[in-house]
This record gives sequence, C-alpha cells and structure tokens, in this order.
Amino acid sequence: MLELILISTLNGMLFGMLLFLMASGLTLIFSMMGVLNFAHASFYMLGAFFGFQISRYVGFWPALVLAPVVVGVIGALVERYGLRNVHRHGHVAELLFTFGLAFVIEEIVQMVWGKAPVDYRVPALLDFTAFTVFSTNYPAYKLFMLLISIAIFIALLAVLTRTRVGLIIQAALTHPNMVAMLGHNVPRVFMLVFGSGCALAAVAGVIAGPALVTQANMAGLLGPILFVVVVVGGLGSLVGAFAASLLIGLIQTFAVSVNASLADLLGTFGLVLDTRSSLSELSNVTVAQIAPVIPYLLLVLILILRPTGLFGTRDT
Amino acid sequence: MRYPNALRVCLILPVLCFVSIHASAQDTVKIAYIDPLSGGGASIGEVGLKTFQFLADEINAKGGVLGKKLEIVGYDNKLNPQESLVQVQKAIDAGIRIVTQGNGSSVAAAISDFAAKFNERNPGKEFLYLNYAAVDPVLTNDKCNYWHFRWDANSDIKMEALTNHMKTRPNIKKLYLINQDYSFGQSVRSEARKMLGAKRPDIQVVGDELHPLLKITDFAPYIAKIKASGADSVITGNWGQDFALLLKAAADAGLQVDWYTYYAGGTGGPTAIKQSGVNHRVFQIAEGFANIPHQASQDFEKALRTKYDFGLFYPRAVNQIRMLVAAINEAKSLEAPKIAAKLEAMKFDVFTGGEGFMRKDDHQFFQPMYIASFGERNDKEPFDEEKTGWGWRVVTKLDTANTMLPTTCKMDRPS
Amino acid sequence: MTQIAETAGMATPARDRFAMLRRSGIWIVAILLFAGLPLVFRSGSALTMLSLMGIMIIFALSYNMLLGQTGMLSFGHAVYYGLGAFFVVHAMNAIIRARYPIPLPVVPLVGGIAGLVFAIIFGSVSTRRGGTAFAMISLGLAELVASSSLILRGFFGGEEGITTNRTRLFRILDINFGAQIQVYYLIAAWCIVCMIAMYALTRTPFGRMCNAVRENPERVEFIGYSPTIVRFIAFCLSGLFAGVAGGLAAINFEIVNASYVGVQQSGVVLLAAYIGGIGHFVGPVLGAILVTYLQIMLSDVTEIWQLYFGLMFIAVVMFAPGGLAGLLLMHAPLLRARVLHRLAGPYLLLLAAALIAAAGVILVIELGHHLMAKASDGSVMRMFGVSFDTASVSPWLIAATLVAAGALLTRIVWPIATQAWNDAIAAARTGARS
Repeated sequence: MLELILISTLNGMLFGMLLFLMASGLTLIFSMMGVLNFAHASFYMLGAFFGFQISRYVGFWPALVLAPVVVGVIGALVERYGLRNVHRHGHVAELLFTFGLAFVIEEIVQMVWGKAPVDYRVPALLDFTAFTVFSTNYPAYKLFMLLISIAIFIALLAVLTRTRVGLIIQAALTHPNMVAMLGHNVPRVFMLVFGSGCALAAVAGVIAGPALVTQANMAGLLGPILFVVVVVGGLGSLVGAFAASLLIGLIQTFAVSVNASLADLLGTFGLVLDTRSSLSELSNVTVAQIAPVIPYLLLVLILILRPTGLFGTRDT
Repeated sequence: MRYPNALRVCLILPVLCFVSIHASAQDTVKIAYIDPLSGGGASIGEVGLKTFQFLADEINAKGGVLGKKLEIVGYDNKLNPQESLVQVQKAIDAGIRIVTQGNGSSVAAAISDFAAKFNERNPGKEFLYLNYAAVDPVLTNDKCNYWHFRWDANSDIKMEALTNHMKTRPNIKKLYLINQDYSFGQSVRSEARKMLGAKRPDIQVVGDELHPLLKITDFAPYIAKIKASGADSVITGNWGQDFALLLKAAADAGLQVDWYTYYAGGTGGPTAIKQSGVNHRVFQIAEGFANIPHQASQDFEKALRTKYDFGLFYPRAVNQIRMLVAAINEAKSLEAPKIAAKLEAMKFDVFTGGEGFMRKDDHQFFQPMYIASFGERNDKEPFDEEKTGWGWRVVTKLDTANTMLPTTCKMDRPS
Repeated sequence: MTQIAETAGMATPARDRFAMLRRSGIWIVAILLFAGLPLVFRSGSALTMLSLMGIMIIFALSYNMLLGQTGMLSFGHAVYYGLGAFFVVHAMNAIIRARYPIPLPVVPLVGGIAGLVFAIIFGSVSTRRGGTAFAMISLGLAELVASSSLILRGFFGGEEGITTNRTRLFRILDINFGAQIQVYYLIAAWCIVCMIAMYALTRTPFGRMCNAVRENPERVEFIGYSPTIVRFIAFCLSGLFAGVAGGLAAINFEIVNASYVGVQQSGVVLLAAYIGGIGHFVGPVLGAILVTYLQIMLSDVTEIWQLYFGLMFIAVVMFAPGGLAGLLLMHAPLLRARVLHRLAGPYLLLLAAALIAAAGVILVIELGHHLMAKASDGSVMRMFGVSFDTASVSPWLIAATLVAAGALLTRIVWPIATQAWNDAIAAARTGARS
C-alpha cells in the first residue's frame, strides 16, 4: 500500500511536471494574446518527432537542444505569418485557425513519419534503474525527466522575474493594453512568447517521447488535458498553471489506483442496487475506470464555480 | 437569395458525374474491402488491403474464378460505422456483391445489420459480408444473420482455446486480468473468469482491471498494482499502444510475469516486446504464425514478405479467399444466396495445415489454434517480426475440436 | 448585419408585397428542388448522400444558431445530436415492442425533445459565460458524455451501438420506409420544416436580441435584457433542432453508436457551418452540402483528404472569414445593379491562375506523400489520369513550374480583378442612387 502511494506520488509529480512544461507555454500565450492555442499539443508532438529524427543522426543530447529550437522557430513563423493575419478577425477566428492548424500538423506528421509508433529510445546513458522502492524499480530516465522539468521551471521563473524581457512579459500577462501603450514592440514580444511557448512544449515532447509512445496521435491524447490545466489554473498566472498541472497529474495517477466504486461506498451503508438497472451500472463504475475523465469534471466544476480559475487574476 | 439554390445545383451536379460513372463489372469479380485507408487506422487497413490483393493475384495467376479475374476494391470507412454503410451502398451501386471488413466490431455490427435489412428489402441485389477480423462474439450469437460469415475465431473461442492450454500448465497459480474498458475487453475478462473457474478452480484471480480505451499514457500505477498482488501470469486483450505502453511500464518496473495476450503481434507489439527485453514470456493465441513448421504456409510468407515489407497478419484471410473461390466454383454462380448456401457447412484444409469448417448454425469458422511465445529465434524459426530479430515460437497446437463453443444463434434463413 | 439591412429597406407597402412574394418564392423553389432531386439522381448511394446532406443541413443550421447568431462557439454540439439519436432509436424499439400506433414521420420529435431537455440541463451551467469559457465548458461536457458512452453500456449499447428497424413501425398509406427514397423524402420534409422554423426565429425580436448579444453583451444589459437568459434560450432551441437532426440520422442508418456524440462529430459540424459562412442564414446550408459531399467523395480521390480539409479550413479562416456565403453574397449588390457581368473576365483569369497554382500545390503534396509514406508501393503514382515517377526529377519540376506559374499569374491578375471589383462596386452604388 505504501509502495503504491509512493510510486503514484512520484509518477503523479512527473506527469504533472510534464503537463506544466506544456501548460506554461500555453498560459503565457493565452494570457498575453488571448488566443487559446489548440495546436499547442501539436508542437509537443513535433518536438517528440524532431527529437526522434535528430537523435537518429547526432544522438539524444544534441537533439534535446536542437529540436526545441527548430520547433520554436516554426512557432514564431506561424505566429508571424498566420496568427497575426487572423487576429483582426476576432478571437473566434484565432481559435479556429489554431484548430485547423492542429489538424494539418497531425496530418503532415502522419505523412512524413507514418501512422505507426516510431522507435524513439531512451538514451543509453540513462537506461538503468535509479532506485528501488520496496519491490518496484524506478527508472533513471524518469528521474531525469523530473529534474529537467524542475530545472526549466526554475529557469523560467528566473527569466520572468530577473530579466527586462521577463518583466515586460509579466506586465503583459496582466495588463496587455498598457504594455502596448508604453511603447514596447508588442508584436515582437508576442512572436517571442509564442515561439518560446512552442519551444517549451517541444522540450516536453523530446523528453516524453521515449517514455511514452511516440505516435502521430500523441497530440490528440494530451491536448484536451492541457486546456483543463490552463483553465483550472487560471488566466494570467504561472503559479496557477504549476499548481493545476501538479494537481491534475496527481489526481489522474492516484485515481487510476483506486478500485472503489460508488456501489462499494453505498455497500458500506448497507444499500444494494438492483443489478439490472442502469443506475446500478453507473454506480458500479470504479474510480479507476473514470480516472482520465476526472480532469473534465474538474474543468466543468471550476468554470461553473470559479470561472477565473484557482489562481487567476483576470477574466477570460 | 436565389444564389443558394443555384449554387446547390451546381454543387450537386458533380455528384452525378462521380456517382454515375460505374463500370458494370462483367469481366471481373469484385470484392469490396471496407476498412480505414486514411487517418489513424490506415496502417492496419492498408496492410489488409495489400494482403487481399496478394491473394487475388495468386488466384488470378491460376486462372481466376469462373474464368474471370478477382479484383479487390478498397473503400475508406475512416473506422466509422455510419461511413461504412455509405461505402457499402457505393459498392452495391458499383455492382459489387461481396463485401469484406475486419477492423472494428462496431463497424462489423453495423454492416452485418445492414446486410440483413438490405437483403430483405432488395431481393435480387443481395450481398455477402465476409468478416475477417471483428471478434465480438455477439456477431455469431445473438446478432447473427445469414449473410454474415466470420473467419476469425471470436474472442470467446480464443479464450476457450487459451484456457484449455492453461489447464495443462500447473505453474499458473495467481492470475491478474487487465483489459480495455469496452465490449471486447469486458468479454475477455468475463469469459476468462468463467472458463478458468470451470477448468482450473485452483487458480486464484488476484486482480481484475478495466482501464479506459487508448487514454492511458502511463501504466506504471497498474504495474504497481500487479506487482503488489503477487501474480505470476497476466491475461490481457490490450492492443496497439495500450499493449506497448503496458509492456514498457512492466519492463521499467522489472515485473516478471507471463503475459497471455490476444494481440501482442499487432503493429508495434513485437517492437515493444523486444524493447522491454521480455524473452519468451509473452504468449499469443492465433490461428497462424509465420514460424509454424508447414512448408506451404512458410513459402507463402516468404513470397509476401518479399513483395511487401510486412508479414502475414491475417492467416485467416487466406482461408477466407480460398474458401470463397471454392464456394463460387462449386455454386457456379456469382449470386450471393447461392454462394452462401455453399459456404456454410463447408469443410476446408486450412492455410497452416489441419482441417477447419464453417459451422452452419452461426457461420463461424472453426480451425486449429496455436499458442506461441515471442523471443529469440533458433535455427528452425526463419521469420522475425518488425525487424527486431525476434520471432514467434509455437508452444501448443490446439485441434479444431479443442476450440468448440456452443452458440445462441437463431438464424433467419431465406426461404 | 445583412439581415438588419434588409428589413430596414422594407419601407413601402408595394415593396412589402414584392419582398414577401420573393421570400416565399425562395422556399417554394427550395421545396420543388428537394422534391425533384431524386428524379435526377437515382442510385442508392446518391440518395444516401442527399439524405445525409439533409440531416447535416438541419444540424449545421442549429449550430449556427449558437455560433453565427449568438456568438457562442461550442465544441460539443454533437452531444445533443447524438443524445437525440439515442433517444429516437430507443423510442423506436419501444414502439415496435409495444406496437403503439405511432408512425415513423413523427418520431424525430422524440429526438428534438431529448435534445431540448439535455440542452436545458447542460445549458443551465454552461451559458452563464460566453466566449472562450463557454467553448471550454462545451469541450469538457462533450468529452464527459463521450467517455460515459463507453461506460453506460445499457443505454449506449457499448461498441456495437443500438440497432432498430424502421420498417416495423405503424404504417400510414402502407409506406414502410424501407426504401432509401422514402427516407429521403421524410428527411427532406423535416429539413424544410426546420429551415423555415429556424429562419423564422431569426426574424423574431428574440433572434435580434441574439445578434445583439453577439455584438455587445454589455450594451444588451443596458437596454434591460439579460445576455445569460438570451444565450440560454438560444442554446435550448439549438439543442432541439440538433436532436431532430440526430433522430433523422438514427432513422436513416438504423444504428446509433458512441461516435454520434463524439468530439469528431462536433468538429465536422463546426467545419460545415464555418466554411459555409456563419454570417448568413444560408451559409451553413452551403457548408453542410459541401462538407458532406467532400467527406464522402474526397476519400475516393486521395488518401490524405484530412490534410486538404485542414488546409481548406485554414484558408477560409485566414482569407474568407465570411465563408462561402459571405463570398457569394458580397456580389449581391452587383447583381441587383446588373453590373455583375463586368467581373466575368477578370474572375475567369483569376480562376485559371488559381487552378494552375492549386494543381501545382496538390501535385507537390501528393508526390511528397507518395514518396514518404508509400515508398513500398514503388515510385510510380497516378494522378489526374497521368502517371508520375516520384523518383525522377520531372514531376517535381512540373509541380514547381505549375506553382510558380500560378503564383505569378495570380500576382498579375489580382490587381486587375481588384480594379474591376472597385469599378463594379462604384457603378452599383451610383446605379442604386439613381
């Protein structure tokens, strides 16, 4: 039992940090530009595939640096030539543009790398067991993922709070119009933020690729959860994104291990439902079965009860 | 506001062009292959299409069927049941009377149901539905119908064969079940419990897990639970990425169990097994494997791999096409009712050696089944999978009689 | 906006009568068209496609009640479509079992009521906010319903779904609805009724308030209306019509499964409404027809049809946010002033340039796809009836030349077309004034 809790906590934190890497970029983009980038998970996928391709030529470690740069440049170009043109048509058009973009990126990835999973391996340097918790081995690569995510988080925090650009971005997070009026080159800042956001997502892809299956449907699996994280965390708040990522990562991982159902709960009170009624079907569903759906429940609840999100400072 | 109507006409006119260009197939016998040819399922769909085309070429090289050439026409159903019905309709309009499909029991259920209704409402235009891979047992039980024929052993039959094998394995003591939460996974777990409960009541089922289909990205918590339970064997119906990730997580955690699977050989499976380094502990139940010591099937496998870059995923497709041709030749007709009359109750020497037969009561084909394990090859195993170097090794052969199951089918037969 | 301008122009009684005749004339033409189409297209698959277009028209129009008229972007509209379909299929099975004397044409109402009820339930929580929050809630709800559809097997039928038989219901005039053409006429009739109903809604004060909420919710509050209530009612009515569409789909396919409520179905209706044009009533109709046609036919022509769909969508979002209807109706004042023919020449040139460029781009994409994804098929591929060898340089050169020529031609012709357009617009304005 204790082993389960420990492993689940580690895995939950890891998944949460991975989500944060992506959600941080998405929050920045959303808060600054007001556009919810549907294609953000697609950049994560591009990062994984570019990481795979580059690592086949020069190895994993150069790929870790190169792939995010390439994807970041692509993101900046998308912003400059795509999003900026659509901006004048309104928020709905921007949302739909990124929606179509997600579609197109997935198709192109399928065309180039095929629909089957690719053989993206853990680098040999990290292919060992870090430590053993009771009887379960914890792989070193996962520890590496955790450490890199934390390092990037600290770096992001440092950039945002200690550099000039970071201060401008922080200001634009909460008062975008004011920043424009102060004479900063807001379009260039936007391009920078969009590109960096995409690069962050790509880093998540490069390191998550070997651990998860690198396949053309990666974006579709992780995409909706990202939005949940951003909305639950709240607009304009990186801390919120961090908290929400960890929360959802832990919830999902823990819920999967819980085998109890509503029927079990009722059973402890001595209530038994007729097995043929559809209500009994619903109450016999275990928490583990609905674990991946819990984030959406959370999303709907937050939007109803506290629309600005947990730590949000602005309204959508 | 008059434009919209005019435009509507201009847009619909091309429909006329596309839809009415149908060559009436007098010189070829066409089989419609309705499976995903684009999008996520396309890798599997294309493999199936090429397999059938390979088989058709083989038949045509020997003179075709009733003097005509066999042609496989692909229709993309995007894995969607409603889309499949539209494609079947297109095939029927093109004069095709034989439809085959396999990917997805939801699609199969839709096509089977449509076949029954369409054939009843349109006498003279009947078509046959040959099912090569959809394994939901209900298609040959409660929802059986006369026009549907299935060549793949349904999931209950596979479990019957698997549990008959497990009956003879005294080292299995604690069993864990982990499956995907949809009709297939649910039937795997319920049949496993039922059959093992009858055949080996001493085996303790220490865990029974259903997880959402294709949504789990990290199976580590599940592996932790399996470890905690102390199981020595796992039965799973997982396929695709659910199988690959499960095995990855198991290897990461150093879990040592025997895996009894349905689809370990599916796309990505062998690669995942090799990556995890699990040598000859993953078993699969199937009607054929490349390394079965039967000369004819090994020759076929070699020819297929030379032409295409993949091995034979569907030994049952070979049985299906060859039986279809035999039935057509015997009936001397291309009309569905006459072919169906010959197909049911047909006995056949199957592709990998041994005898199988199509049961008349439910149109389910019964055949010898094999259990093989995946790992390092020896000299007698010439074929590897997905360029991993590892291959399948036959562990047990179960005769047809050892795979039989009763059916609840009450078929409406055409008078 | 165009609708407001139109009604503003109806001043004098004489013009009133003419406008009314013209407006009802359109519906009469539509009815005749719907009735006459099966006489031209008789094959089974053509009738199936027409039936699907009819269903999609109702669905897309109901979606546009939210997006185009009230400004609410929903990613989960298929929930009401799918739930309507499920309730209809269960109702049909119940009617068959109990032998109630309820004929088939009335059954889609059940779907409508189901859609309405669930829209009331879900709408009460989701319509408090507009904009992005609403979109996110709709996405969350859609994912919830889609996931529960695999868990609640009794109602949703699991993987196989629920089947029914439309010929077993009570028959009027001995029509059993077995043949596709009878189903088509049923769908066409419902389509006309729903279209008239939804169009009429846009003409009511409520329809105007929806437009107002879309434009400026704050101002709506100033004049005493509650945007939340307006959105809620629009949401409920939209769910009603979506449920009717779902019910008709259930009757057409006789099988309903989890894909009816899926996120992909929601995406398709969004695509259809947007490409058709969300700013005009007739936009979703055009979009529904086009998207249904492409969905069925495009996959026969190319394997990467999804890529083309995505590119088309992005093109519409970037260059023609008014959609097809927006583009076409831009020319309406020109036709009224009878100067449309002046654009014929420049437009033909533009069309030629665009076709050349498009052919080049498509060739590049298909060559690339064949080279990368289908290497095992050999290097030769067929397109437009011509064989190309992807391994050699010549097809690539041809493609590159086509793209370059098309781009160059477009650059030359575009100012000519723009000039002709400005001239025509000016002529139309002076013509209208005089």
